[in-house]
Amino acid sequence: MAATAVLRVVEREARVFRHLWRGSVFSNFLAPVLFLGAMGLGLGGLIDDGAGELPGGLDYLTFVTPGLLAATAMQGAASESLWPVMAGTKWIRTYHGMVATPLSATDVFVGHVVWAGVRAAVAATAFLAVAAALGGVPSAWGVVALPAAVLTATAFAAPLAAFAGTQDTDVSFPVIMRLGVMPLFLFSGTFFPVAQLPGAVQPVAWISPLWHGVELCRAATTGSGMAPIVAAGHVAALGACAAAGCWWGSRTFGRRLTQ
Amino acid sequence: MQGGSPLIHARSLTKRFGDFVAVDGIDFEVHRGETFGFLGPNGAGKSSTMRMIGCVSPISAGTLRILGMDPVTDGPAIRSRLGVVPQEDTLDTELTVWDNLVIYGRYFGLTRAEIRERATELLAFARLEERARDRVDPLSGGMKRRLTIARALINRPELLLLDEPTTGLDPQARHLLWERLYRLKREGVTQVITTHYMDEAEQLCDRLVIMDRARIVAEGSPRQLIERHATRDVVELRFTTHDEQDAAAEALSATAGGAGAEVEPLPDRILLYTGDGDGTVAAVTGNGVQPSSVLVRRSTLEDVFLRLTGRTLEDE
Ligand SMILES: Nc1ncnc2c1ncn2[C@@H]1O[C@H](COP(=O)(O)OP(=O)(O)OP(=O)(O)O)[C@@H](O)[C@H]1O
Ligand SMILES: [Mg+2]
Repeated sequence: MAATAVLRVVEREARVFRHLWRGSVFSNFLAPVLFLGAMGLGLGGLIDDGAGELPGGLDYLTFVTPGLLAATAMQGAASESLWPVMAGTKWIRTYHGMVATPLSATDVFVGHVVWAGVRAAVAATAFLAVAAALGGVPSAWGVVALPAAVLTATAFAAPLAAFAGTQDTDVSFPVIMRLGVMPLFLFSGTFFPVAQLPGAVQPVAWISPLWHGVELCRAATTGSGMAPIVAAGHVAALGACAAAGCWWGSRTFGRRLTQ
Repeated sequence: MQGGSPLIHARSLTKRFGDFVAVDGIDFEVHRGETFGFLGPNGAGKSSTMRMIGCVSPISAGTLRILGMDPVTDGPAIRSRLGVVPQEDTLDTELTVWDNLVIYGRYFGLTRAEIRERATELLAFARLEERARDRVDPLSGGMKRRLTIARALINRPELLLLDEPTTGLDPQARHLLWERLYRLKREGVTQVITTHYMDEAEQLCDRLVIMDRARIVAEGSPRQLIERHATRDVVELRFTTHDEQDAAAEALSATAGGAGAEVEPLPDRILLYTGDGDGTVAAVTGNGVQPSSVLVRRSTLEDVFLRLTGRTLEDE
């Protein structure tokens, strides 16, 4: 794997995105902003007047903003790493054209993951700007939520793209989205604190990569002063997912593209 | 033309997929400046061989050297000097024709200025100037093929691998491509080509091999192959019904040997390989065989192909 080779793959993805960006504006930007309006402002109005007390005495908009930020990064990375990968390996076979050049299968894989990170950065920037304008980002530490969202995206993009590289059809993809990504979206401390879950289920949330992403983003946007050791733990968990995914993906892409 | 060490050197080259042997210990060499062909029936192992040469498919056994290098250790360095036209297009169908050329040039690390100049030439080469700004997806199959060929030339390759390059092209486009390939040959580009069109192989190839069931069964120039493996003349007999043809084939197998001819029944006709076409026709019709049409012609590469890979499709 060479850095310049990976950049060329990213460049290709960017060029494709130039043609297709309109389609992703809804799912990666408008949808989370609508959620923010409905949940943060609408539902939040009820919650903040009620009896419930959020950790750190946050208002609901402030609580849910980082949740949505990380969850959107996850969802975008997940869907981008399933069907488009199948297009590259099977349907349109563009990846096969790429490995006929000096690029290697690992370059193609890592380029995909890096691009997932770039896209997450763009989407997260736009979302954070809107959320800040609405008052959901009280701390200047909020900018640190950007790299946290990018890390969350790569933690999902790498293993899912690696998995997609093993598949001959897309039948399993909707199952992954509905039974994997969707529950994480709901139960990873996104919309309510994990402490609200039944005690037996709470440890499940802790192994969710999204929970680590949400915790990091929330610490950043609220400026809660998370202990460095805790932050490092979250970063390590997400980094481990991304690294394991990259290790696996360079294998599955190698097997698929150079057999 | 054949001086120096070979550009491609293969010894006992083998490709296995699980237990299945797709390429079974083949030997060949391709020299600089040469156009080298692989012919063979479907499934013979041509594309598997091309993919090993293209350094996208690791060899299972044997030796392979390309441009003096080993694909195992120098894959990217070799690929940077290759141009590859795969059997199946791998274009970026979401991108425009122009962007496809640009992005491919970037994979090879060319600068934008180099790519602009080269892409403009190649669009003219492929006669796609008017479609430059169009997306690839709605282009016709032949246009996509032309773009694939143009794209393979973006890095000015020394070695061009063409896996059935003209399948799906109309006659004009084929002849145009042949002319372009001649031109590249004059510029010194070595070419390896597979094709199912025997006229194309005769036109383009200095040397070729015929593969059958994972092995090489013959090697030489088109002329040498015809001299070695075919007779001077071929008599083609056609019949009105299959029953008539089958009966005639049986009768001929028994008797035409006496007329000095070898019998090759095909699904739609019977071929008789003979040194003396007119004499064989006289002998055959004298024997009571009544074809609905008779044609005497000189042998071609196609006859060599059919004889060497001699089996009808039903046997497969
Ligand atoms: N990836 C693969 N996995 C398993 N078998 C394969 C694979 N690729 C090719 N084969 C098998 O290897 C054999 C040779 O295939 P190959 O594509 O090399 O034939 P070919 O000579 O190019 O045929 P055609 O003229 O139809 O293109 C076939 O039986 C094919 O099924
Ligand atoms: Mg083939």
